[in-house]
Amino acid sequence: MPRVIVDVMPKPEILDPQGKAVHGALPRLGFHGITDVRQGKRFELEVDAADEATLAEIAKVAETLLSNPVIEDYTVRVEG
Amino acid sequence: MAPKVGVVTFPGSLDDVDARRAVRIAGAEPVALWHGDHDLQGVDAIVLPGGFSYGDYLRCGAIARFAPIMTEVVAAANAGVPVLGICNGFQILCESHLLPGALIRNDHRTFVCRDQQLVIENASTAWTSDYTAGQTVTVPLKNGEGGFVADTATLDALEGEGRVVARYVGGNPNGSLRDIAGITNERGNVVGLMPHPEHAVEELTGPGTEGLGFFTSALTALVSR
Repeated sequence: MPRVIVDVMPKPEILDPQGKAVHGALPRLGFHGITDVRQGKRFELEVDAADEATLAEIAKVAETLLSNPVIEDYTVRVEG
Repeated sequence: MAPKVGVVTFPGSLDDVDARRAVRIAGAEPVALWHGDHDLQGVDAIVLPGGFSYGDYLRCGAIARFAPIMTEVVAAANAGVPVLGICNGFQILCESHLLPGALIRNDHRTFVCRDQQLVIENASTAWTSDYTAGQTVTVPLKNGEGGFVADTATLDALEGEGRVVARYVGGNPNGSLRDIAGITNERGNVVGLMPHPEHAVEELTGPGTEGLGFFTSALTALVSR
């Protein structure tokens, strides 16, 4: 069964306190090469068929529920 | 007969009982509304209370927005019925697109709980008419995701149209852009507010009674209709 991945990320201009917290923890753990962290969400949607109509519907789902377009961007892709 | 003010209870609402109490102290009749109903029970105004509806899953207010009763709430709001969203209620109003912008995690990443001073900037909304513009009030504030954000054009429009209802005074508690604590829609019947006026309606249980004006304002608006 195909799996569709929706990635949701905070828009670049929106502050991401969670990402900052993760980034702030890295030096304490001895990791020093990472200059920034942004935290988002990944949704895995199982579908019967990843056809054009289904993907269009998933784009609508991503826009209305999975993301808030005021603060987040999303991408839709088929896995595998 | 006293006007009826409905308070919606979602799974995870915390402040619905306090909101109903504030409605009663203000002199209106509180009506408990249930998220799963398609029935506003003939109320004259609606409060969406604070809390963690649906566990704040996905985003604060994102699931509550699609609760059955929200169909009726959105229609009522668009018809001019006074609607006040407090804290999680504010988040639900933004997710429902009844108000612009969004609320994100506090910039300092910790939950804040304190008595907060606000300046009431717009005293002509359905929920603030008993205040005077420029008046400062102190009410409790408690949130983890209370940072109000919107793009610059939206912020400019809100300020230009006098739709900033309240601003934080004496320190911004959560990183809200331009110190915004509450906003209203173009018509002035829908108000979203991050601090909690329903916790400041009795001397015994809050920092004072300066929050009561939000609830008496709605009463004034309804009686004069």
